[in-house]
Amino acid sequence: MATEPANPEADASATAPSAACIKFDQVVKRFGSNTVLDHLDFSVDRGERVTLIGPSGSGKTTILRLLMTLEKVNDGVIWVDDEPFSHMRTPGGQLRPANEKHLSAIRRKIGMVFQQFNLFPNMRVLQNITEAPIHVLGQDRAKAEARARELLEMVGLGDRADAHPSQLSGGQQQRVAIARALAMDPEILLLDEVTSALDPELVADVLNVLRDVARETDITMLIVTHEMQFARDVSHRVLMFDHGRIVESGPPDQIFGNPTEERTQRFLRAVLEER
Amino acid sequence: MNWSAMGDAFPSVIAAFFKVTLVSTVVGTAVAAALGLVWAILGRSRTRWVTVPVKVVVEFIRSTPLMIQLFALWVLLGSLPTEVIGIAMLGIHFSTYMSEVYRAGIDAVPRGQWEAATALSLPRSHTWRAVILPQAVRNVLPGLGNYAIAMFKYTPFLSVIGVGEMVRTAQDYGSNHFEYPPVFTLCGLIFLAASYPTSLAMRKLEKRLGH
Repeated sequence: MATEPANPEADASATAPSAACIKFDQVVKRFGSNTVLDHLDFSVDRGERVTLIGPSGSGKTTILRLLMTLEKVNDGVIWVDDEPFSHMRTPGGQLRPANEKHLSAIRRKIGMVFQQFNLFPNMRVLQNITEAPIHVLGQDRAKAEARARELLEMVGLGDRADAHPSQLSGGQQQRVAIARALAMDPEILLLDEVTSALDPELVADVLNVLRDVARETDITMLIVTHEMQFARDVSHRVLMFDHGRIVESGPPDQIFGNPTEERTQRFLRAVLEER
Repeated sequence: MNWSAMGDAFPSVIAAFFKVTLVSTVVGTAVAAALGLVWAILGRSRTRWVTVPVKVVVEFIRSTPLMIQLFALWVLLGSLPTEVIGIAMLGIHFSTYMSEVYRAGIDAVPRGQWEAATALSLPRSHTWRAVILPQAVRNVLPGLGNYAIAMFKYTPFLSVIGVGEMVRTAQDYGSNHFEYPPVFTLCGLIFLAASYPTSLAMRKLEKRLGH
């Protein structure tokens, strides 16, 4: 029974610090020969809002996709709430790669909003929001619909419950997607470039909704964005990535106002010039 | 040649058309559409123990002639009525083509739909039922319809195991009265009258679904 863990570093006796809600422990992710995350270590506290910035291809989105179980780690361990998430404990206390059952149990704590919204086009707005609460959480329809209407009200779309996604603008679709994620009461919300696919004039509405969410809830948020003002407004901490490693990290005022690393300065200059 | 034989043969030929040819096509299409979906979904299973055998069976059926398959099933299940054997084999044969239509239709559903379902923790079976298939069906209807028409035109093969479909009935009339050209022409016209409007309707459907 004493099977060696796939990764000798993946030792269950190494416990995560208890304040950490998410912890990446020497995480490696490769796509073919391309190493996207290179022995990445970082953690996020409960209720903390962390923004990941950096050039495209630096591994930010991959971090979110690993957490949402849309990708699997090649090496290292991801912890959520002090429990191994990418792995599970064997009776002997060692870690082995998680199976689907283990993943689905912890996945429920996590919600995600995508760049391309990914609303279900075959369902009306209300059903998009209630589908998972009814069929995953087992809520009764009336309760799920009442909550969905509340959330639609919150994102400023109280009158569009019966619309089809195709009848909504991109910004409206994204606000529905935010409501849909919140309807599952996630502990952790992952925002993956949620305004990148939007026309410029629709961005503000979406960001304002997210500012409200940040202000009114204590959901832990991991945000990938190129909207630097938004990042500055809502995050407690900013991580600057390049080539799958963290180049610099600190409070937003420091990273945006007084970055110490040359790579960060260069990246921020490039982003500002783009505007 | 006596073309009035067309009129004389008409009642028995048209009766065989409705009772056998049309029924075989409709039931056969239903079997093929259901079984084709099963192949397509199993083909996307995560374990090779499912996908490989499915691929082998589907490829085997697709690469061998329907007529030989009809004989084979007839030998295997000789105790069943030949109509049942014929419809089953038509359905199985065309299910392997329809599975390809489904596969393409399922692949055309964006990956983001699967990912959104995962992010919402929807179980895989529910994702298939509530998210993927309703979107895929739009993509596959024209393709399935075209195979239904193809199946319709394959029904004369059922005569090889003794099913009294329309062409077989016409042939019987022809040999009794020694009037082949008129009765086969009649069959051709009936096929044309049934399949041409159907394919026009399919084309219309295709346009409406935006293909």
